[in-house]
Amino acid sequence: MNRQVDVLVIGAGPAGLAAVIAAKEDGIDNLLVLEREHESGGILRQCIHNGFGLHRFGEELTGPEYAQRDIDRAAELGIEIQTDTTVLSVSHAREVTCVSAKHGLQIIQAKAIVLAMGCRERPRGALGTPGTRCAGIYSAGTAQKFVNLEGYMPGKRVVILGSGDIGLIMARRMTLQGAKVLACVELMPYSSGLNRNIVQCLNDYNIPLYLSHTVVDIKGRERLTGVTVARVDEHRQPIPGSEIEFDCDTLLLSVGLLPENELSEGAGVKLSPVTMGAEVNDALATSVPGIFACGNVLHVHDLVDHVSNESFRAGRAAAAFARGELDDMEEIAVRDGEGVRGVVPQRIRKGAAQGVDLMFRPTSVYKNAACVVTCGEREVARKRALIFTPGEMAVVSLKPDAVAGLDGPVTVRIERS
Amino acid sequence: MEITCINCPVGCRLTVELENGEVKSVTGNTCRRGETYAKQECTDPQRMVTAVIPVEGASMPLSVKTRTPIPKAKIEACMAALADVKISAPVKAGSVVLADVCGTGVDVIATKSV
Repeated sequence: MNRQVDVLVIGAGPAGLAAVIAAKEDGIDNLLVLEREHESGGILRQCIHNGFGLHRFGEELTGPEYAQRDIDRAAELGIEIQTDTTVLSVSHAREVTCVSAKHGLQIIQAKAIVLAMGCRERPRGALGTPGTRCAGIYSAGTAQKFVNLEGYMPGKRVVILGSGDIGLIMARRMTLQGAKVLACVELMPYSSGLNRNIVQCLNDYNIPLYLSHTVVDIKGRERLTGVTVARVDEHRQPIPGSEIEFDCDTLLLSVGLLPENELSEGAGVKLSPVTMGAEVNDALATSVPGIFACGNVLHVHDLVDHVSNESFRAGRAAAAFARGELDDMEEIAVRDGEGVRGVVPQRIRKGAAQGVDLMFRPTSVYKNAACVVTCGEREVARKRALIFTPGEMAVVSLKPDAVAGLDGPVTVRIERS
Repeated sequence: MEITCINCPVGCRLTVELENGEVKSVTGNTCRRGETYAKQECTDPQRMVTAVIPVEGASMPLSVKTRTPIPKAKIEACMAALADVKISAPVKAGSVVLADVCGTGVDVIATKSV
């Protein structure tokens, strides 16, 4: 053991920064953040487009600007962030092993740990798309890193598979930097990206969006030379005869994000098969005492503002645990009902004495519907909305008195009107 | 003219009636923001432009943005103007990289320090 800290945060992206700032402001002084990259800021560093921070700061910032506010605040508070440092393991007893060129091997014992490692893109291998293994196929985020952080263009004629936000943003970026984006292809009958991005990133540049289509063949020996796109039926099976050929040298994949939980699993943290992140209670506490999780490592968010908010709470909870003030309480399970997938938190402390925000993804598009929270037969919260869509995380709040009154498992469902 | 409102995830399909370049009526919106957006979008559509430019003496490119949205029709010209910018490190976030880009009256500023 060469060091002991009160609160240790893994990852200096928006989640880790918010968590450590909150812990410090809550009175914890012995803090440490470990970051794998050379600079803090996480994935926001490569998100040079605007649209961040409307909720939190009331203005539209670019990714680097949003990150800088937290980096500056952390510096002002004198928080130590070790960059270029890779965490190798986290133990159940909160012993963290990490390496860096500067400090060598370090073993750090923490009173509380906040997991804030973010997420990863689903790779080609996860799709089972047939075709050759040629160069020119990238995840959209990798291409974003090449273009925005390293100043390289990965190709000239581009097809994008998947209409997630990063794919849409990259369609515009590649176009502005001189590439021809031929198509954005989406398996589902709706886009998983935000509406504003479809308008601003595809429509503005006349890039066609093919809904209910997918890539069925990838061609090229050394370098990609083309892809075949086909329409799919309601079972997502390609329809013979509907094929369209595209001559392209680049295929970008924007087909979903997965929380990066290797370290969490090593610590014995129980993961949810639905969110692929840790199962947590309303204090963001995982199944392992003293280990908390927040941001995209917990569940994939659409808005960084929500990541920051969630992470402030995780940081405060970790601070309370480090002081020995976070008591064990009886917990109530939260379950997914009809139309609802992956509610976080999965457990609510019965005596939490505060409101709880339940976040989830709708399973399909519901117009003019209500999200209803029930405890047994009793309705404890309801939120109406003009639309619920899988592309937008939904939030329903339980008021403090509703939380205090819970006496059994809670179910969240969407009710059509 | 038919447009999609981008203010929120509902994405209302708006129908805008124009007369001599002026908005006569907006229908299909479910809130007031839709009307404001439709008027702007049909008479003078504007967008923020963000990009990266190389910096002499820095290993990484510099991310920049227009301080406020600029007319949509000027996006291409703005990108072309940015391609000609020569700048050396150090650059401070918020400093002007290109003043009054393409006569829009809007400055392009750095969004990080290098």
